[in-house]
Order: sequence, then structure tokens, then C-alpha cells
Amino acid sequence: MAKHKTPMLDELESGPWPSFVSDIRQQAEKGKQILKDAPEDLLGILELSYEDKVTHWKHGGIVGVFGYGGGIIGRYCDQPQQFPGVAHFHTIRVNQPSSKYYSTNFLRDLCDMWEKHGSGLTNMHGSTGDIIFLGTTTDHLEPLFYDLTHELNQDLGGSGSNLRTPACCLGMSRCEFACYDTQEACHQMTNEYQDELHRPAFPYKFKFKFDGCPNGCVASIARSDMSVIGIWRDEIRINQEAVKAYVGGELAPNAGAHASRDWGAFDIQKEVINLCPTGCMSWDGSKLEINDKECTKCMHCLNTMPRALRIGEDRGAAILFGAKAPILEGAQMSTLTVPFMKIEEPFDELKELIEKVWDWWMEEGKNRERLGELIQRQSWQKFLEITELEADPRMVDEPRSNPYIFWKEEEVEGGWTRDINVFRQKHQR
Amino acid sequence: MTDDEAKQVILDTLEKKSKSKSKFYLRDFYAMIPDMKSRQVKNLVNKMVQEGKLEYWSSGSTTLIGLKGMGKQHQEDD
Repeated sequence: MAKHKTPMLDELESGPWPSFVSDIRQQAEKGKQILKDAPEDLLGILELSYEDKVTHWKHGGIVGVFGYGGGIIGRYCDQPQQFPGVAHFHTIRVNQPSSKYYSTNFLRDLCDMWEKHGSGLTNMHGSTGDIIFLGTTTDHLEPLFYDLTHELNQDLGGSGSNLRTPACCLGMSRCEFACYDTQEACHQMTNEYQDELHRPAFPYKFKFKFDGCPNGCVASIARSDMSVIGIWRDEIRINQEAVKAYVGGELAPNAGAHASRDWGAFDIQKEVINLCPTGCMSWDGSKLEINDKECTKCMHCLNTMPRALRIGEDRGAAILFGAKAPILEGAQMSTLTVPFMKIEEPFDELKELIEKVWDWWMEEGKNRERLGELIQRQSWQKFLEITELEADPRMVDEPRSNPYIFWKEEEVEGGWTRDINVFRQKHQR
Repeated sequence: MTDDEAKQVILDTLEKKSKSKSKFYLRDFYAMIPDMKSRQVKNLVNKMVQEGKLEYWSSGSTTLIGLKGMGKQHQEDD
């Protein structure tokens, strides 16, 4: 018999999709968690929030583990008498392994550990990528942290004004489009910047994410202050025989995806050539040609004909800065800053760039100002100065649309002063 | 200014402001010791947390720092 009546939550279980309500009930029935009442009371408080149409959570607090300024988020409910099982319900972020590869053994150990120290409820994964442990009390934090680090060799992730847990795509472990080893880069950066990850250093949060190619499976371009996106700078490798096999229907386009419906015969002109955003491809019926200088690496042709087209061999990454999704202004994608950088061990060039950017942001950033907002406030030109990069047409979406770049007086012949009489000779008042 | 002197300045400033405010942004600490580089101040503040003189307060998205034991939350917990 359920502890609380939850008619509205029951509705959520009646739909066609798996419901989180069923998951929480499953944990309540299993009952192995040390905080016995947590799952039932969690459902109860959620039902109450649905009734009242307001949240009953208070977030934020001084909870944490010794020496760490992030990874644990204090959470309390404002109806502790009615829902004692979630009166204190702190969230723990656990740094996920690169690309989120686990053995089932590891997952079992992780869940057992969480039942020993908390509600048993998890969120795999939070938006930053972490394994999220949902709900425990302050006295369980240190023992959990000890077990996590000593028995499972796992660390906490980032929260607050810290470097957030770095995230990467599957990269070279599974994907032939990966232009650099995203997992290695992510792992090395996580180790290198432990201090920034665990001890607040910044005006606000900072995220970097590693995409192996412009398909962007971790969506770094929209979700991180610094996006590292794999790219190549030579030519797309074309296998003309395989192109013909696609055209002749011997190979399924999109590696067989979308095959649940009959889309008709593959039409290379319509489905690839005409969809190329820069119009840099042509097909004469027997040969595919690509003008690689015009290619913007949209990935459409490679995704459609992966057996025929392959990424180039001179590989690295483009680095972009400044994405964020603020509530008031709407989402902003990151801006191309370094068109190409080799991403290889020991990643010194990448680290040098990161540190220049951090030094500036730590010095100049206002409280709760993300890097992208600082760039907007102080200009792209200023950002290029601190990163010691030359302005490049590829940093601009289209002519005259970028408001950040201005001339400086010393860059203009004659400066800002002019002889008004000379001017008037050509321009009447 | 030595590290110990800087720490004392931080403690004195926080104590002085404690009637009206108990939590501060990291940036506020930079202003308390303008002669020191931001990164140095950051390291000093983090060290003071380790020593148990200051403590972090986090909303989840932002981190604030205050004197250990000060603030509304402690009063509620007591």
C-alpha cells in the first residue's frame, strides 16, 4: 500500500513511455535503501507540488565533503513533517567515465553503494554528464565519498562556480568519424584541472566538452563554454566505386537508418548534392567531385554515404568559445576561435589556450557572468587579444553581422583625427 | 603582504560585514586584497576553507563563501 495517494502521478504511468514514477515505485518496493521512506516521500512531495503548482524544494547549502567545493548540492524540502524521508535530500554528482562506458559489475557496485548511503535513486545521467545520486542526508556524505573513492576509484563531478565535469562523445572507441581521441583529451583535461573542478575558482560555471567530429554527439557547440570539435583540413576521401554502389542501390544510405519506411530509390542529386550547404559537390552520373576548400564540414554527405566518403587524414579540432543558454536572452552557440589545432598528447597547446582564457575571465568576469557574456560585453576583439590570435574571416558568420570587432585608433592610418577642411572639399555640409 | 596578513584582512572584513551579509562571491575577496593576483587570492580562500576558517555555500549553480558557522542556515540547523 502506497504511503501517499498520488492520483496525478498515477496518470504519468498510464502513457506509452516508461515512467520515472514507476522507477521510483520500484525502488520503494525493493526497499533496500538505507533511507527507507525516501522514494515514497519523494512521490508524495511531487504530488503535492502538482496540486499546489509550486515547488516544495529549497536548494543550496553548506553541505559538501572535506576539501571539495563542488559535487554535492544541498537540497531540503519545505514540508519536512509531512515528508520526513526527503526532509534532507542532497544531490551528489559523480564524475562519469569518459564516454560513459561501464561494466555491469561496476553499475551494480555503484547502485549497492548508493543504497547503503542514500535513497537508491539515480539519474543516469545529468545534463553535464555526471552520474547523479538523488537524495541523501548530510551524515552520509563523508562515508559515501570515502567508499566511492576508495572502493570504486571514482571521484565527484563539478558543480557551483567550478569547472564542470568534462564530457566527450564515444570518439575513436566506436566511431570512424572521430578526428581525435576525445576520451583521452577529456580524461587528461579532467586530471589536469582537478583543482578547478573541485575548488571554486571562477565567477560562474565553466564547461568544456569534446566532440570528435562536427556531428557533435555531445552537442558541445551549444552546451559548453569551450567546445572542442574534431575536424580535418585536407580532403574528404572518396571511394568512387562505393558512391556508385549507393547510387545503384547496393548499399543502403545512412547506413540503413530510416529504413522503417520506404523512401523510394536513393537519389544522390536530391539527397546529397542539392543539400550541400555550400554547393561544393557535383555528380555527373559516374564521378563524385568535392571542392574541399568550400566544404564547411556539415557532415551530411559523410553521414549519408559512410562507405563512400571518409574524413580526411590531416585531423585535429576546431575550438569554439562562449556557448550558454541563459534564461533571459535565449541560447547562444559558441563562436569559432581556433579554426584548427592538433589535439595530441600532451595537449600543451590546448592547455595554454584554456589558461589564457581562464586568467582573463577570472580577472574581468562579473559575478555569475559566463565566458560568452564577457566576450559580448568586452568585445570579440578583446578576446582575440588575450588569446593572442589573429582575427580570421572564419570567426564571422556572414559579413557585417558580427558586432564585436572594431578598429583601434593605432590600426587606422591617421588615427581618429582628420583635417575637416580636406574633408569639406569633398563633402558639402 | 604575507599570506597570514592577507588571511587576517579577509577575516576582519568578513567579520565587519557579518551583520548585513554572511556569504560572498569569490570576486568580493579579490577586492579585499587588491595587491594580490586573483589566482593567489583564490588559492588563499580555498586554503582557508581547508583550515576550517571559511566555508563554501553552493546553490548548485553558483558558489558563495563565508565565515564558517555564520548565516541563516546555521541558525536554522541549530
